[in-house]
Amino acid sequence: MVDQTASNSQLQAQDNVSLLTTHDGQPLKKSLAKALRREKLRALLLIAPLLLFIFLTFILPIADMLMRSVENDIVSNTLPQAVVELQAWDPQSGELPPESAYVALAADLKIAVKEKIHTRLGSRLNYDKAGMSGLFRKTGREMRKFDDNQPAKDQFISFDKDWGEIETFTVIRRLSPNYTDSYFLSSVDRERTSLGVQMKPENEQIYIKLFIRTIMMSILITLSCVLLGYPVAYLLATLPTKSSNMLLILVLLPFWTSLLVRTSAWKVLLQQQGVINDLLVWIGIIADDNRLVMINNMTGTIIAMTHILLPFMILPLYSVMKTISPSFVRASKSMGATDWTTFWKIYFPNTIPGIGAGSILVFILAIGYYITPELVGGTSGVFISNRIAYHISSSLNWGLAAALGAILLFLVLALYWVYDRIVGIDNVKLG
Amino acid sequence: MNFKSLLMSTAAASVMLGASSIAATSGSHEMAPCDNCANEMTIVSWGGAYSASQKAAYDDPYAAATGVKIINDESSAEAVAKIRAMNEAGNVTWDVVDVVAADALRLCDEGLAEEIDGATELAAAPDGTSADDDFGALRVNECFVPQIVYSTTFGYRTDKVGDTPPTTVCDVFDTTKYPGKRALQKRPIDNMEWALYCDGVAKDKIYEVLGTDEGVAQAFAKLDTIKGDVVWWSAGAETPQLLADGEVVMGSTFNGRLFSAIVEQKQPIAMLWDMQSFDLDGWIIPKGLSPERLARAKHYVKFATDTQRLADQSKYISYGPARKSSAPLVGKHETLGIDMGPHMPTDPANSSNVHLYDYGWWADNRDDLDAKFQAWLAK
Repeated sequence: MVDQTASNSQLQAQDNVSLLTTHDGQPLKKSLAKALRREKLRALLLIAPLLLFIFLTFILPIADMLMRSVENDIVSNTLPQAVVELQAWDPQSGELPPESAYVALAADLKIAVKEKIHTRLGSRLNYDKAGMSGLFRKTGREMRKFDDNQPAKDQFISFDKDWGEIETFTVIRRLSPNYTDSYFLSSVDRERTSLGVQMKPENEQIYIKLFIRTIMMSILITLSCVLLGYPVAYLLATLPTKSSNMLLILVLLPFWTSLLVRTSAWKVLLQQQGVINDLLVWIGIIADDNRLVMINNMTGTIIAMTHILLPFMILPLYSVMKTISPSFVRASKSMGATDWTTFWKIYFPNTIPGIGAGSILVFILAIGYYITPELVGGTSGVFISNRIAYHISSSLNWGLAAALGAILLFLVLALYWVYDRIVGIDNVKLG
Repeated sequence: MNFKSLLMSTAAASVMLGASSIAATSGSHEMAPCDNCANEMTIVSWGGAYSASQKAAYDDPYAAATGVKIINDESSAEAVAKIRAMNEAGNVTWDVVDVVAADALRLCDEGLAEEIDGATELAAAPDGTSADDDFGALRVNECFVPQIVYSTTFGYRTDKVGDTPPTTVCDVFDTTKYPGKRALQKRPIDNMEWALYCDGVAKDKIYEVLGTDEGVAQAFAKLDTIKGDVVWWSAGAETPQLLADGEVVMGSTFNGRLFSAIVEQKQPIAMLWDMQSFDLDGWIIPKGLSPERLARAKHYVKFATDTQRLADQSKYISYGPARKSSAPLVGKHETLGIDMGPHMPTDPANSSNVHLYDYGWWADNRDDLDAKFQAWLAK
């Protein structure tokens, strides 16, 4: 605001003589800016309900979910005194924490047990070290026997021998800050040990593999959607209205059918005792004892998801092709171009915005797909979203789910940015 | 082991008296009135035949006696996550929720479920035995009121196993004798134990072995021998379907699902009870209800888990009642008229060799082993 008036007064000083003013003596430029600003504000007011709605139901929940991937105040809230004591202790010393730490732990646990929050802390710590959940549950039951006049350390070790393990306290100490990177480390198959950040043991590595698989399969599905959708969209755009309407209904009908129904239909078609295998055996192409395995693997996921996402490719392609004037093709041919040259040099470049829009839609939908891979993916065809769903609904490890989700979100944004650099987002046309 | 002896005594009682088929009498039960209780409640369960059996045995009589409006929700599969979300949002819309024991353990640990006092808030057995004694070790914690004992066990296609049907769970791992695909649940629980058992680990040593890295590797090595022949399922209805379609020759699922495929749908399927894995299902009440709704929920749970009600449920579905005192009252199927006793997982003929799934052990090791299991699956 200050800048603006400053530059305005400069302007005034410069061409004081030739300055145009409105009837009330204001400079025309200023008056115009004012009117425009008022208009913009009014426009903003019109969409304010929508913005507010998006903010409340979309931005806020996502931000809240993303926060969970680093939030970790449960340890310091449940064991406030013990956390302070443990900071003074050096895990590398090879000795258990001093008696004062056990006394602080006892004081914290007494309150926690009364409020019944110790088991919640146990579940949290269990994500990083198996057995913590049981340790806290058991100790919670034993705490009422705790005698303040006896040495605390010995009592804890008598409750459970894990309280005599340095590892137990190392984990509590490591997770005592209010923010943690442990969820993000887990999401890329890494963990923090006493030797620093390291890869997890090979038999626990899974997420990087799943991220790569999710992206590769989404690209594959997008490509097969382009290959299958392009000719269909071309037919839709060029056939006479009567037949193209019929065709459009054939495209839209599956689009309106429930996702679950379509996925189950693919099960019936693709399974080993299914329609396609039966047909192939009947024709004699394959032997009865050598039926094709087309479901519960990667093939099944790609086939079913390509079918389900195909309309998202066909519709933008169709709307772009519809706007390409037939006279382009005629002109090219009249100047002696072959069919292929006409298609490749004239028609195809005009459809690129449609391919771009369709590919973005299909790819982004595919990368977050969950139900279809779960039902037909077996073990080789599941996506990262299946693990996110598992951590949200079964293991309750929401922090890890949030970290995986955040990485997926940033991957999509990064790919979007790359796409913008290569193809240009202005080159996308949705209709 | 406490748990085992209890299950066995439940089984014994069910045969002693169940076989002589004492017809279950829906004896009238004096119900204490519910003061200051809500007039509407939402009951969450698993859907399908199971919810139908609960509706017939608990909901309809309860609604008739009290006039309460009952709304049914079939969200038990994602109950733990939803209850946690509701609790965080401060808007709990469920009153009573049916969950498996492992979920009850999680919910109670997380402070998301109400504690229910067995002495005052649950009905005593007709002979005066307190509810806690009647349920025994099946009450895995203070929040959980068990209803049924079910099992995860195998079914096989009778027409695809030749003249020598499988008799032990280890036949599942024998692909030369029984070629074809097998359906297993997509989780480490049960599968790891069966693998170790069939690799020669003594039954009572399974969890000890599974607690070591070598034991985990041993279980995976055994599972590796059939990995290429496994169809992994995540919903209980998948195995009966896969068996009916002939996609698999044998598969694990909940015994009630197999019961309805065999007895109600007359599919060529038979049960393989060996090393069946016992599990429990029961009620919890979510934390955060208003006093009126909490009172209503507790009133319902007390009614629905009394001796007669639990026995009534077994008329509709082949799951064993969780109370010792209910076992003698198990009778015939309500519509098919067959004796339910021999179809119960707790029947002695079926339970000569069972696997006792250790909730506590899995609560500690689930996160860890699940990561390894998923990594193994993706390999």
